[in-house]
Amino acid sequence: MWWSLVLRPQLVCSPHKRNANMAQIFHRSSNFVARATLVLALSAGGLALAVIGGLARSPYLTNQNVARQQPVQFSHKHHAGDVGIDCRYCHTSVESSAVAGLPPTKTCMNCHSVLFSNAGYLEPVRESFRTGQSIAWVKVHRLPDFVYFNHSIHINKGVGCASCHGPVNQMPLLWQASPLLMSWCLDCHRNPEPNLRPKSEIFNMDWKAPANQAELGKKLAAEYKLRTTAELISCSTCHR
Amino acid sequence: MSSAARFSSLPRLAGAVCAAACLLVLGGCRQDMARQPKYRALAPSTFFEDGRSERQPVENTVERGALADDDLNIPKDSNAFPLPVTQQLLERGQERYKIFCSPCHGLQGDGNGMIAIRGMKHPPSYHQDRLRQAPVGYFYDVITHGFGAMYDYSAQIPPRDRWAIIAYVRALQLSRNAPAADLPPALRQKLGAGGAPAAAAHAGGAEK
Ligand code: HEC
Ligand code: HEC
Ligand code: HEC
Ligand code: HEC
Ligand code: HEC
Repeated sequence: MWWSLVLRPQLVCSPHKRNANMAQIFHRSSNFVARATLVLALSAGGLALAVIGGLARSPYLTNQNVARQQPVQFSHKHHAGDVGIDCRYCHTSVESSAVAGLPPTKTCMNCHSVLFSNAGYLEPVRESFRTGQSIAWVKVHRLPDFVYFNHSIHINKGVGCASCHGPVNQMPLLWQASPLLMSWCLDCHRNPEPNLRPKSEIFNMDWKAPANQAELGKKLAAEYKLRTTAELISCSTCHR
Repeated sequence: MSSAARFSSLPRLAGAVCAAACLLVLGGCRQDMARQPKYRALAPSTFFEDGRSERQPVENTVERGALADDDLNIPKDSNAFPLPVTQQLLERGQERYKIFCSPCHGLQGDGNGMIAIRGMKHPPSYHQDRLRQAPVGYFYDVITHGFGAMYDYSAQIPPRDRWAIIAYVRALQLSRNAPAADLPPALRQKLGAGGAPAAAAHAGGAEK
């Protein structure tokens, strides 16, 4: 047992045991030092693991809640919040494919060919439209390449954008509202019911779960024919 | 050298070897699986001159499955609605109208959308005579090719949804122009009870 080492460190420092006629090299107090060293080493190891684990989950490494600077100061707060443009006006493929997609420059020009058509802050948009060069938006959410994610299934089975992306309609510059860790995905996949909403509220950023969400969640889970928990947390659902 | 000294140097050597091995292992901490040499949707590329991994299809490419929708492309002056008008189609049309058209044309189709209020040119109201008389093919043409300050929406709205929207626009037009005799009895009674404008606005709902 490892604690027997801690209690009798002389077993570890065994040379003088083996060579009985040799003079005692270590002072008695070294027993304490050896013991303390072992205890400290173990706890330091534990601490290091805890720090590394904590750090990996902290916003510092997951980049959670960090607003990204973009080539154009595009504000979801103004467009989706104040003016009330539907997410699907720009992210057209979100209901039907794995990727939500970003709007092409032409989508901006639908309005900005007339609206603020001389504003300096829109020059990168107009230049992109003139030259056909893409605007290099900075990616905010980024799963590792070994993870498979699909928007359409979540949208069609009653998970709203806000459940994963937070209050997008209040973000002047976009940030990542969730950690995107595997544990975060699994927390919902084990028990999706508290996060299910009616189809009509998927794109509503201000929807709040009603008091009877427990009942509603059960009803919706049956209506959407959700798969079993075992299927949803099976490794090959996300790693394929 | 005493045997004790030789003995103690052994673990030290082992320790040093272990530490070196640990450093070597750390060197392996690369995220090769997290960042694989492949393109994801919309990822940038250093290979192509324009910096995009998405390639432009050759001109006049016909999208897979688009031929099946060919019957939906009717001429501008035709008034033959190419799909059966069902409750489902109208509901789809209402949803798509709210997403793509209402920012400018307004929820009621009178040209008072949020964007128009914020300074975009006000589009014409659907309730003027010219647009009431216009054939459905005309609306299809405007959505597909644009009109005046309105850019085309062919990339954002697939043909089937364009027709759903047109069906809903027709319902909106009818909502302001429905003869009282066409209303279901319950609504007609409400109309008789006064508050005519509110009841008339309601008729649109009943119509779809
Ligand atoms: C007017 C067009 C427009 C509308 C409407 C819009 N978006 Fe966006 N969205 C963009 C653009 C452009 C970007 C890229 C720039 C950025 O990240 O801010 C973006 C980026 C995003 C991203 C981050 C993508 C990444 O890089 O990971 C999310 C999430 C998002 N939008 C969600 C939403 C949601 C939810 C709504 C509806 C409430 C919405 N958007 C409405 C244009 C729009
Ligand atoms: C449906 C019409 C519409 C579309 C599409 C649209 N915008 Fe706007 N945009 C507006 C309106 C309206 C405002 C003014 C917002 C306000 O007054 O609150 C605005 C304002 C802005 C501003 C000024 C700063 C601000 O947020 O007030 C920027 C920059 C901008 N838009 C960029 C874009 C980009 C980039 C796109 C394409 C991804 C885009 N817009 C697409 C309607 C639109
Ligand atoms: C179940 C959680 C979840 C829901 C619900 C969700 N998203 Fe996402 N979204 C993600 C994740 C995770 C990513 C990162 C994907 C990646 O890196 O491959 C992402 C990425 C995006 C992006 C960046 C472009 C892309 O497709 O990778 C946009 C834009 C976006 N989401 C918009 C939306 C909109 C709009 C909705 C609501 C209709 C929505 N999302 C609903 C989790 C979600
Ligand atoms: C808020 C809840 C929620 C979160 C968070 C969430 N999911 Fe899901 N996910 C669901 C639901 C609900 C389904 C649909 C289950 C069904 O079809 O029965 C689903 C289904 C899936 C599927 C199945 C797709 C298919 O076609 O088989 C994949 C893959 C998936 N999710 C990946 C992820 C990943 C990766 C994350 C984390 C980045 C994530 N999900 C986060 C709720 C969630
Ligand atoms: C709901 C989706 C989902 C399921 C189910 C899932 N994973 Fe993951 N997994 C993820 C996501 C998302 C990440 C990336 C997390 C990150 O970026 O930190 C991940 C990361 C990982 C990693 C890499 C960790 C790292 O930091 O390098 C391993 C290993 C892994 N998963 C194994 C598994 C195994 C084994 C199972 C089955 C027991 C499983 N996963 C089931 C979503 C899932």
